[in-house]
Amino acid sequence: MKFKKILLLILSASLLLCSAVFPAQASETEEYSYDMEYYSKLKDKNVTIYVYNWGEYISDGSDGSVDVVKEFEKLTGINVEYTTFDSNESLYAKLKSGSASYDVIIPSDYMVSRLAEEGMLHKLDYSNIPNFEKYVDDEFKNPEYDSSNEYSVPYMWGTVGIIYNTKYVDDEDVTGWDLLWNEKYSGKILMFDNSRDAFAIALKKLGYSMNTTNEQEIKEAAEELSKQGDVVQAYVMDMIFDKMVEENAYIAPYYAGDYLTMADENENLAFFIPDEGTNLFTDAMCIPATSENKEAAEMFINFMCEPVISAANCDMIWYSTPISAAKPLMDEELASSDIAYPDDEVLSNTERFKHLSSETNQLMDDLWISIVRTNELTLSFWVVLFIICVGVLILVFRNMYIRQKRAQARMKY
Amino acid sequence: MKRSKISGIYAAFVLAFLYAPIAILIIYSFNSVKGYSWQGFSLKWYKELFSNELIIESFRNTLIVAFVASVLATILGILAALGVYSMKNKMAKGLIKNVTNLPILNPEIVTGISLMLLFSAMRMRGGWATLIIAHITFCVPSVFLSILPKLRQINVSLYEAAMDLGCSPAKAFQKVVIPEIMPGIVTGFLMALTYSIDDFVISFFTAGDVQTLSITIYSMVKKRVSPEINALSTILFAVVLAVLLVTNIRAIRREKEIERKRAARR
Repeated sequence: MKFKKILLLILSASLLLCSAVFPAQASETEEYSYDMEYYSKLKDKNVTIYVYNWGEYISDGSDGSVDVVKEFEKLTGINVEYTTFDSNESLYAKLKSGSASYDVIIPSDYMVSRLAEEGMLHKLDYSNIPNFEKYVDDEFKNPEYDSSNEYSVPYMWGTVGIIYNTKYVDDEDVTGWDLLWNEKYSGKILMFDNSRDAFAIALKKLGYSMNTTNEQEIKEAAEELSKQGDVVQAYVMDMIFDKMVEENAYIAPYYAGDYLTMADENENLAFFIPDEGTNLFTDAMCIPATSENKEAAEMFINFMCEPVISAANCDMIWYSTPISAAKPLMDEELASSDIAYPDDEVLSNTERFKHLSSETNQLMDDLWISIVRTNELTLSFWVVLFIICVGVLILVFRNMYIRQKRAQARMKY
Repeated sequence: MKRSKISGIYAAFVLAFLYAPIAILIIYSFNSVKGYSWQGFSLKWYKELFSNELIIESFRNTLIVAFVASVLATILGILAALGVYSMKNKMAKGLIKNVTNLPILNPEIVTGISLMLLFSAMRMRGGWATLIIAHITFCVPSVFLSILPKLRQINVSLYEAAMDLGCSPAKAFQKVVIPEIMPGIVTGFLMALTYSIDDFVISFFTAGDVQTLSITIYSMVKKRVSPEINALSTILFAVVLAVLLVTNIRAIRREKEIERKRAARR
């Protein structure tokens, strides 16, 4: 009896403790003062907005973090239908097919200019997005992909670099993009499974622009990439995380923010940006031309620019924010990381993706498919052929065996 | 002796291939960190799963679509099977049977894209309607094909006997035909349900702004598939396993009951 009572006591005490701990975490954002007059403009109007973002690219309330979407709904009374996509290209296909309409989308730089060029975006009304003027850093205003920010507000940015395992990779080999071609680490190198990123690396290695439209240069890059096939273990995207953390592979190119996530799990991992230069990307928030709730969409964009929200998103996905005011509010280590926020020298040596003509895109895709095929198919082709041969042999032997048995059975009679 | 050993090993291999991936998934759903290095037992991902609105909502969407589509597909499939079964024209009958095979043989991507084109030609905005229609499209053949053989097995005299004993045709249908083809209906319905829950390719092209679970998982490809998905899959697997066990145990019990009665009668 006594034991039960004690158990009950412990249980209720732990419950109390829980309820005491969790609100304390939540109140961090509650203390922050939003412009209530602005955010309650659309309250009680029963507005629903459709937000389309990259997968796993927002703070979603896990691990006691801020649930950004819920917070916005609570604050404004606007209902948010939040869904996710996997690549700029599938976002584009979805918008183009007209099968769905969204109010806020978050494409990358080159896709912003493509969508704007094709008249698929609304112009933004900045009187509804006061936080853009107030918080977004000047160096992220008026970018080349949207020269006067008519259509987009930056959400996150980052660089591409090489992640390598210091336990296995010698320092003297870490020279530039050619590390990804180094035969010494044959079979331990991973590569982007994405034509644009892969060609960017090869073009940079050769000293060309990653936005080249010169067919000769692109073909040379393809030559490099198919040479690389001999040392590459696999062409992957999300698997890079596990393979690098598990030390299944030692070298891989990926995004700076994701390196930070990996390094958190395996301290042997290091990151460097080759001197040949690299890709700087920005993912930016836009409103598609089909949106019918532009004001609510602009409110959402404005909300995403609140420093406390931007900080929460950074803490979750570890990418870099264009809002410096968010830095004091986020994890200190992340805010001071020179990988998330490299100095100007590194940044000046970067290039952004530009929207390429459809012929150039087509050429790259075709070349890419033949590279990946020859490199990946050869192995799987032989494996499949082997299995088929074994299968046929087994069948033949089985038939022979059965026939023999039958013959023996007949002999008996 | 030797033979049974070999077949035992073979069976073990087959089982391992079938269930090892699921076992690994279940084990890592209890991992305390993301990724595939074991850092200790925790129920963290189960807790997170239920607070992750995106995953829960897309799972809910998947279930709604699957149920609605497979119920409608079952009704359509029953009607189609009955109609085709009682067709007199043999040519037309064969033709229709072959046509229903098409959606099964057709690569999903072709079905998906052609449905998407059809919907946009009809100016239908993607959403629940298009998604459910698309799912019905590929679910009907599986129901149809599992009911048709059952219809062929029916003894026509039973139906006639029911009518002789005073049943109206509708009543006779309800009392005789439906119970006879019930196993086919259930199999067809379950097949449709599984196809629908499984489907990614066709949903991807026709879902509009509705997001199903498979689309949510696919969109995580640039980052890392969250272990919450492992937790959800584990729960799904456990539910399916439980349902299977319960139905099997019931079937065994019923058989025993029947045998006991038989023995008692003797």
